[in-house]
Amino acid sequence: MPFEYRGDIAHADIAFNAWGDTLEELFREAARATMQVMVENLAEVRPAQTVELELEQENEEMLLFDFLNELIFYKDARRLILLPSQMTISRDGEGFKVHATLKGEEIEVGRHRMNTDVKAVTMLRYSLEQVACGWRATVVLDV
Amino acid sequence: MPAALKRISDTVWELPVSYKEGMLVPARIFASEKLIREMDAGVFEQVSNVATLPGIQRYAYCMPDGHWGYGFPIGGVAAMDPGTGVISPGGIGFDINCGMRLVLTNLTAEQVLPKLHQLVDRLFSRIPTGVGCHGFVKLKEDDFRSVIEQGSRWCLKQGFATKEDLEMTEEGGCFPGADASHVSDKAVERGFNQLGTLGSGNHYCEIQVVKPENVMDAELAEAFGLTIPNQVVIMFHCGSRGFGHQVATDYLKLFLSVMDRKYGIRIRDRELACAPFHSPEGQAYYSAMKCAVNMAFANRQVILHHIREVFSELFGASPDELGLRMVYDVAHNTAKLEKHKVNGKEKELLIHRKGSTRAFGPGAPGLPECYEKTGQPVIIGGSMETGSYLLAGMSSGADAFFTTAHGSGRTMSRHEAKKRFRGDKLQREMEARGIYVRTDSFGGLAEEAGPAYKDIDEVVEATELAGLSKRVARLVPIGNIKG
Repeated sequence: MPFEYRGDIAHADIAFNAWGDTLEELFREAARATMQVMVENLAEVRPAQTVELELEQENEEMLLFDFLNELIFYKDARRLILLPSQMTISRDGEGFKVHATLKGEEIEVGRHRMNTDVKAVTMLRYSLEQVACGWRATVVLDV
Repeated sequence: MPAALKRISDTVWELPVSYKEGMLVPARIFASEKLIREMDAGVFEQVSNVATLPGIQRYAYCMPDGHWGYGFPIGGVAAMDPGTGVISPGGIGFDINCGMRLVLTNLTAEQVLPKLHQLVDRLFSRIPTGVGCHGFVKLKEDDFRSVIEQGSRWCLKQGFATKEDLEMTEEGGCFPGADASHVSDKAVERGFNQLGTLGSGNHYCEIQVVKPENVMDAELAEAFGLTIPNQVVIMFHCGSRGFGHQVATDYLKLFLSVMDRKYGIRIRDRELACAPFHSPEGQAYYSAMKCAVNMAFANRQVILHHIREVFSELFGASPDELGLRMVYDVAHNTAKLEKHKVNGKEKELLIHRKGSTRAFGPGAPGLPECYEKTGQPVIIGGSMETGSYLLAGMSSGADAFFTTAHGSGRTMSRHEAKKRFRGDKLQREMEARGIYVRTDSFGGLAEEAGPAYKDIDEVVEATELAGLSKRVARLVPIGNIKG
């Protein structure tokens, strides 16, 4: 199960768990879970625009936090619904680095079935951990 | 309900400091017995976490509409000693100065109903709603820096406001001391295109009617401008949009990085990240937060300007002729220095209000002259299906630092609401009941269904019984635009 929304953590907000065999897969699933809160039919988002993203953080957990916040930023600043098409996560000295190629397009109400705006990634119950089958994240989004 | 919860009165419940290690003050929740029994476990966990924050005075409070938030519960209130205490973005929220504005008209329901569809459709096309929406006011990034430093004053200079609008806005529509140099370029880039937009989630603009049988205090109603039977009013709810969300995110990260390492503060929940109020980081956030507060005031002001244009065009009269005057604008998510009594002595305190409303009683300094005797108008929005309230601040509200509820409060998760209700069906059912709704998002509409919220009548009654705010009138929706 790549991601699952949870109704038992926060009432006014949206919580989800995401899983991945690798960190890259986990980041991809968490991105889909975040963007699907805003656009119901993500499959209809065309890869018309490309944004290259490079982020560094001291650990994997804060790297995911920044990564999801970047997707939310582009939704407001440029009205773009973006998803990662290619991604590599690597150790960078003391910390971690993600390089991602994001692809997507501007919001088009009607063709995109719009849901609820995501304002931010919160720190409530936030976690990224290694589990037996890979990685698992718990994220609560403020909507 | 936790076993340790003590009943102090019919509407006040207390968790003592022994409830959780590290609590510096008891936690108090205002609620009727029914509301406290229905309150989710998150409220007790979070309000007692707030009671551990350095510098907290008297009590950590939660209002009757309280529910699970992040960091503070929604409905949370905490007063910090500015000298020894902290400031926490988790006590303010990501949507800084999310708030409510109530606007009068001199039209009656009988005059508006024949044109209701046109009115709601035109409002829907003039006030951008939904995910990532941009506004019609085109600004350069530097102009936007003026907006965030000046709030509604900028709107007055641009012709989007009247002098009276500013008087009828909390703090005159501008928190002084907002310095744009404390705001990241990223926050400006995220928000400068969003002035005059409603956003999504629980943000809306509603056309409401004041039926004579729903006026609870005729004298106060008249003082607040509700003078005509079946008078139509406009209520809307929105905040500082992506700009405020980015300010909060930026400083949450900064505080997490310095809190323990630099200031030795350890907290129970990372969402309560904080810094000493007088530290460089605390002061920088306070200033940036004020910028977001001002953006939200300006945002609601530009929306009001668009509402006036739509009414004017449709009813063929000027905004003045249509009596389009503000009752008041209240902020929900803020921190502010105010003077309150602690142990009988007046003291300056940093009041965090998260999903709660300032409710100054009669005679409080800072109220416009016309409200000196009545107390501050308080606007509490219910769910889109049930109705909302206009109330007044009371002198007896001092215990809770003159604060009251902000809405009806959710009882059902958004996830659950979407499973139970269908947006398109709900829209048809509401129209059959006389409420015409426009939205870009049926999913979002389903999440806002009436049964997902507490009973608004019960919430406002509890605020009145607790002496926080007095009911003036119940407002019934007939039209709604939502994101």
